Amino acid sequence: MLAFTLQRVFQSIVVLLVVGLVAFSMFRFVGDPIDNMLGQERTDADIERLRGELGLDQPFPIQYGKFLKNAVQGNFGISYRQARPVSTILAERAPATLELAAVSGLFAIFFGVGLGVFTAIRRDGFAANAIMTISLLGVSLPTFLIGILLIYVFAVELGWLPSFGRGDTVKIGGWSTGFLTASGLKAIILPAITLGLYQMTLIMRLVRSEMLEVLRADYIRFARARGLKERAINFRHALKNTLVPVITVTGLQLGAIIAFAIITETVFQWPGVGLLFINAIQFVDIPVMAAYLMLISVMFVGINLIVDLLYFSIDPRLRIDRSAAEG
Amino acid sequence: MEALSRAWRSDFSWSFRHSPVAIISLGVVLLLVLSALLAPWVAPHNPFDPASLNLMNGFTRPMEPNAFTQEIFWLGTDDQGRDVFSTILYGMRISLFVGFTAVLFALILGVTLGLIAGYAGGWTETTIMRVADVQLTFPAILVAMLIFGIAKGITPVDMRDEMAIWVLIIAIGLSDWVQFARVVRGATLVEKNKEYVQAARLIGRKPGAIMLRHILPNVMSPVLVIATISLALAIIAEATLSFLGVGAPPTQPSLGTLIRIGQGYLFSGEWWIILFPAITLLALALSVNLLGDWLRDALNPKLR
Amino acid sequence: MVEPVLSVRGLTVEIPTRHSVLRPVDTVSFDIAAGEILGVVGESGAGKSMTGNAVIGLLDRPAHIAGGEIWLNGERIDQLKGDALRQVRGKHIGMVFQDPLTSLNPLLTIGQQLVETIQVHLDVSGAEAKNRAVNSLNEVGIPAAAERIDAYPHQFSGGMRQRVVIALALCAEPSLIIADEPTTALDVSVQAQIIALLKRLCHERGTAVMLITHDMGVIAEAADRVAVMYAGRMAELGPAREVLTKPAHPYTVGLMGSTPLASAGKERLNQIEGSMPRLDELQPGCAFSPRCPYAQHKCRIEPRPTLEAHEGRAACWLAGEVAE
Repeated sequence: MLAFTLQRVFQSIVVLLVVGLVAFSMFRFVGDPIDNMLGQERTDADIERLRGELGLDQPFPIQYGKFLKNAVQGNFGISYRQARPVSTILAERAPATLELAAVSGLFAIFFGVGLGVFTAIRRDGFAANAIMTISLLGVSLPTFLIGILLIYVFAVELGWLPSFGRGDTVKIGGWSTGFLTASGLKAIILPAITLGLYQMTLIMRLVRSEMLEVLRADYIRFARARGLKERAINFRHALKNTLVPVITVTGLQLGAIIAFAIITETVFQWPGVGLLFINAIQFVDIPVMAAYLMLISVMFVGINLIVDLLYFSIDPRLRIDRSAAEG
Repeated sequence: MEALSRAWRSDFSWSFRHSPVAIISLGVVLLLVLSALLAPWVAPHNPFDPASLNLMNGFTRPMEPNAFTQEIFWLGTDDQGRDVFSTILYGMRISLFVGFTAVLFALILGVTLGLIAGYAGGWTETTIMRVADVQLTFPAILVAMLIFGIAKGITPVDMRDEMAIWVLIIAIGLSDWVQFARVVRGATLVEKNKEYVQAARLIGRKPGAIMLRHILPNVMSPVLVIATISLALAIIAEATLSFLGVGAPPTQPSLGTLIRIGQGYLFSGEWWIILFPAITLLALALSVNLLGDWLRDALNPKLR
Repeated sequence: MVEPVLSVRGLTVEIPTRHSVLRPVDTVSFDIAAGEILGVVGESGAGKSMTGNAVIGLLDRPAHIAGGEIWLNGERIDQLKGDALRQVRGKHIGMVFQDPLTSLNPLLTIGQQLVETIQVHLDVSGAEAKNRAVNSLNEVGIPAAAERIDAYPHQFSGGMRQRVVIALALCAEPSLIIADEPTTALDVSVQAQIIALLKRLCHERGTAVMLITHDMGVIAEAADRVAVMYAGRMAELGPAREVLTKPAHPYTVGLMGSTPLASAGKERLNQIEGSMPRLDELQPGCAFSPRCPYAQHKCRIEPRPTLEAHEGRAACWLAGEVAE
């Protein structure tokens, strides 16, 4: 297991280095950083001085090394557009995105697994069939249309929920949370559903097909033959055995949630890093783009790593077992 | 005539004629593509000709005469007085053009890289397939956004609007080549070890060119299936990017841009500005998607 | 006469299909007494497993019991549903499946699987349940049971796993065990051990056993009585020694002839010509008649006689004449 973990960690680092190279190249070659930082009135001496300060006169590998060192320390330079450190801006925006991603992730997992189990157990029921048909439509709907539809129904027509923004937030340390105010909680409902719906559908369909597969397994028949209760069979025996593939997909989907938050945040004008990224693209704010890329890669790679390690805690067959080695 | 009747009797044709979903989907796709192609002749107005626009026509409701000009627009008009129906037709041209071209680009790139990877082997193969793996870790839409942002940064400021469509095509195309490359590489690996390739090598012929002639027919069906499904994804990706304001420029609005404009009028009750483009986008994406699903089943019964 | 543990009368299982209704089990009757092992033999598709599944109420839809009665310890169980049926399973009837590699849940320790089974049927504390679990592992011959109770199934060999499966089937002390091809998936060397184990436990506890197998060697080794099934029907039923040495049904004769063990010493194996008819292609008359070397006109037109649960008779018009 240790060898496996090390190998995974090593692979993750390689991926991050490659992404870092992409981010650095953007930084270095897309637009001239000197151009962007100095105004119209500049002298050759200014340029030379800044070039020296930024280390742009040094060989490429050294510049890359410096970039990585800064990145590890959370220093991504100054936003061209806001003229503030990128790290500060990201730190301000991150709570909004993370809270949104967490709520929609929980929503997707809770309803995805629940409906998946339900549609598998009541395979031929009317409700299960209806859910499956609707889910097919849900997969082909683009996210932003779902968001707009929800806004139209719940904000425009019914007026129950706000259509944009985070509502009131409370600051706890450096973290601004919307979980502690009524308006903050109301504001997160629509964006979280919009963001989580696609993932929920995927998880539901996966859980259903895995459950149907597992319910045919011999050990489920054997569990039935031993007179175990249906609930124990469905949840303790069957559901647990579907978890390995489900966790793989769910883990990757959680990464996707953070990426897809860009779309949802734009629809709902949710003040998170996704909206920041879209604005950065519109105004070619390279440092923000590069920092976002690095940030999201770390999250992706981290999630992948955690997913791999989670297998071990679920499936004993993957563990190196001492008792078998002894016996 | 002979070829035609043979085609009619083939399994493929039989499967098509017995799938109502495939027939309807193809019908919808053809209708939409045709009306987009023929937009300049079909559309009652040219929404991009400023001379034909009348601000007085703004916010006309569908099928109701405008209060000032008494003109009637089937699907109403937007804030600028542009006919929504005509704008959809022209917008669909952009969406379809970007979709088709991006998929074509991804196809050529993916097939080429897959061929090179499978044929060359060694570190070339490792590099290409590793890049593919890393790219697959990230959602395609994110990759496309990033490429769009970088490309926008490279383009001179005064050319950005002009180049936006091409940047969009490259961004979506680059985010979508991996699937093609994987299939073609797999087929190439199989073909590489066959005798005729070894023989060609022995007599000093360039086996690459010969292989190409043998591989392409083999991968035609999976590539066609991937291309169709990619087309649906590309159309949605284009709409999403344009909706986010990082796609088609305001001067050349696509379906996504129209939806973006329409969202602003949701609260004031001008529902038609967003509804009709959204329905068109859905119909387009859904029918291409269903067609792709059917194609996959029809061409590869094993995968069902 | 002592009342049998299991009494099956005229059991019929039907599977409705688009074209017709199939009968994988057709008017089958038999008894099993306490401590007795009934071997059920036949080719695959003869209805052996389907009969076992019907007894424990585990038929997969759309198969269902369409007729007959099943009595367990004087109570009728074929019409039980839901919780009542669940309480019969495991508590009164234990089941052992063919493949021990797939019968155990890979993600739960064998201790967890034993304890949950014990606790669902017996009103005992967790500690007591664990105690019983260790005991039952000891009984089936798992060495160092107390330590190995927390091991996962994949940490055991195939033979050991089948012992665990048997422990699971027996842990709530049922009066009937249905063992469906319990040795087929095992190494030959382990097969004899498992059969010996089943035999010993059942004789000790007085458990009735329905031993389903296609292996005449297993029957010869373990069964007290034998039921031979063909195309969903009972072909012959009788004490093991009699059926094995003096088969009365032409099919049993053929079956003996094609078994290496039974025909040891003969020049070559006699094979039964042809193969068992598909259930949707059954002709009127005796189902075996197309392959029967002794078949007469009567066999092809008249339904063969139904075999009652009494001993030593074959469902054949020619029964008794064949063996000589």
